[in-house]
Amino acid sequence: MDVVSAHNLTKIYGKDKVTAVNGVSFTVSKGEIFGLIGPDGAGKTSIFRMLTTLLLPENGTATVGGLDIQRDYKQIRKQIGYMPGRFSLYTDLTVEENLNFFATVFGTTVKENYDLIKDIYIQIEPFKKRKAGKLSGGMKQKLALCCALIHKPDVLFLDEPTTGVDPVSRKEFWEMLKRLKTQGITILVSTPYMDEAVLCDRIALMQKGTILSINTPQAIINKLPDRLFAVKAGNMYDLLRTLQRNTNISGSYSFGEYVHVVLSPSGISPEDVQSYLQQQGLTEIEWKKATVTVEDCFIKLLRE
Amino acid sequence: MRTLKFLLKKEFSQILRNKTIRVAIFVMPIVQLIVIPFTADYEVKNINLAVADHDHSVYSRQLISKITASGYFRLTDYTNSFKSALKSIESDKADLILEIPSGFEKGLIKENEQKLFVAVNAINGVKAGLGGAYLGEIIKNYNNDIRLKWVTPESFSPFPVIDIRSSNWFNPEMNYYFFMVPGILAILVTMVGGFMSSLNIVKEKEVGTIEQINVTPIKKHYFIIGKLIPFWILGNIIFSIGLIVAWVVFGIVPVGSLWVLYASISMYLFAILGFGLLISTYCDTQQQAMLIMFFFMMIFILMGGLYTPTESMPGWAKIISQLNPATYLIEMMRMIILKGSGFSDITPSLIKLGIFAILFNSWAVFNYKKTS
Repeated sequence: MDVVSAHNLTKIYGKDKVTAVNGVSFTVSKGEIFGLIGPDGAGKTSIFRMLTTLLLPENGTATVGGLDIQRDYKQIRKQIGYMPGRFSLYTDLTVEENLNFFATVFGTTVKENYDLIKDIYIQIEPFKKRKAGKLSGGMKQKLALCCALIHKPDVLFLDEPTTGVDPVSRKEFWEMLKRLKTQGITILVSTPYMDEAVLCDRIALMQKGTILSINTPQAIINKLPDRLFAVKAGNMYDLLRTLQRNTNISGSYSFGEYVHVVLSPSGISPEDVQSYLQQQGLTEIEWKKATVTVEDCFIKLLRE
Repeated sequence: MRTLKFLLKKEFSQILRNKTIRVAIFVMPIVQLIVIPFTADYEVKNINLAVADHDHSVYSRQLISKITASGYFRLTDYTNSFKSALKSIESDKADLILEIPSGFEKGLIKENEQKLFVAVNAINGVKAGLGGAYLGEIIKNYNNDIRLKWVTPESFSPFPVIDIRSSNWFNPEMNYYFFMVPGILAILVTMVGGFMSSLNIVKEKEVGTIEQINVTPIKKHYFIIGKLIPFWILGNIIFSIGLIVAWVVFGIVPVGSLWVLYASISMYLFAILGFGLLISTYCDTQQQAMLIMFFFMMIFILMGGLYTPTESMPGWAKIISQLNPATYLIEMMRMIILKGSGFSDITPSLIKLGIFAILFNSWAVFNYKKTS
């Protein structure tokens, strides 16, 4: 069953007619973690704001929990939890007060749904008398998640929840999401971090308001037909320039401490590339087969 | 209901937790109420007077000493030529010139008639107008004194004279505090209420908390009422503090009933807070809200009859002042505090304020959109 379904969703902003979201369609099934992956300005937040009934689409339709985002926005608001990208709880209220406040405006109590947030809340409980503005970044995210969950929503929208959060907290955060998934909550999450993509059940790769590809992370990786290699040399800059000069090589880009070399399935062989590099006078060449990541797929999609 | 209770609790803790706002709400109005009435006084004192005396007689000296003894004038220059007196006006040392012609005493006694010349520096209109009037009054009194001396008692009044005596009702001593304090109190309530409410929703927009609120099933009118009530209560508290200050510092005790007074301030607060919230729903940043509110605040204060009576404004300005909620409050405050007006006297104003309150608040609810 599709909990969220968007059909041809379009958002155009302002007088300049900037198209932020251009005819996006996708579906999310119940109990799924669905990721919108893409750089800043890809239109992730606009999609979230439309699905959470905060923004009206210029075109297209969408349903959340079977309810139309334009017609049934009132019911939708009762059933969803939304965590905006920007911390938007009351910084001058304490942790406890924020939680109580949001429980009340959703017509419930903290007690009623405590078991849902317990695992998360327990970590910030020692600071419950502290003002929300005085919390660290990671703790703020946990509190925001608690507040978004307090009314036991069916669908949770998390807009870049891990942006600006340290790696340890990020890891913890994703573990929390996994646990929430087991409770049957459908989660839509957006992130600019490619490494988080594999943690989702399915992902949509986005760029400039359009979805480039939707699939499970593994399927997206498997679908990449090219052979991928990681190369390192004494002079990395020369290496990159030399690779880019050769038109037989489909692609090359720096990737961490390596340069990734993409070779089309039926094109030049890796051995030829290696000897080409040696001919060009590069030294200390290290050549190995690279494991394909979502980022590689994304770069490939962008180039097409 | 429970939602509303929590909204109120949230607003109150947010307002009262902010130390600067606490001071701005409670301390600053008190200080202003104590300080401003002492300075906002229409009575013009220390008018600088230059006398060009061509006569140097007993009568001219008597006249001058009578003028200076009034306490309104300060003799800054005493010469025997008009030219040099004019110089002291040009150099801003004098505001008025009184020229006494030569033969003043002689003419007065012989011909029963003499002319004086008064020249007024009209750069400061209030000072010039009042100074000229004061001087005229004093000279008139002086004239009467002389007459009394000369006219023989038996032939009491050879011709009928109309003598005008005025008495000031509701403020017998024409005490300016009585007049200004209620008006200033009205303005302080307007300022605190107007600014606080206009900045409130816009602050939630700026900080981003409105996003989280908008996605909740909270009703629009609940949200607005949740914003309105805390400021309404605060406004009433500030007003009460102001009344106490007026009583302790200026000895002003409302002549009218406190019920009527609170009824008018309560109705007014609904109107002005609604106006603030309306501005708040239109603005995106606190800066915008502040500037717009400032613009209206100037109109409220200067066109509300605090300093200048609305009756003497040109027709179009009268219409504007009729649309200004502060006009009604200032008027009602003076009526109730000084005159002791009752409910029946202020009902028309209360109804008008009620219309403002309903208009502004429903407009604010209408304009506050949870979806953009």
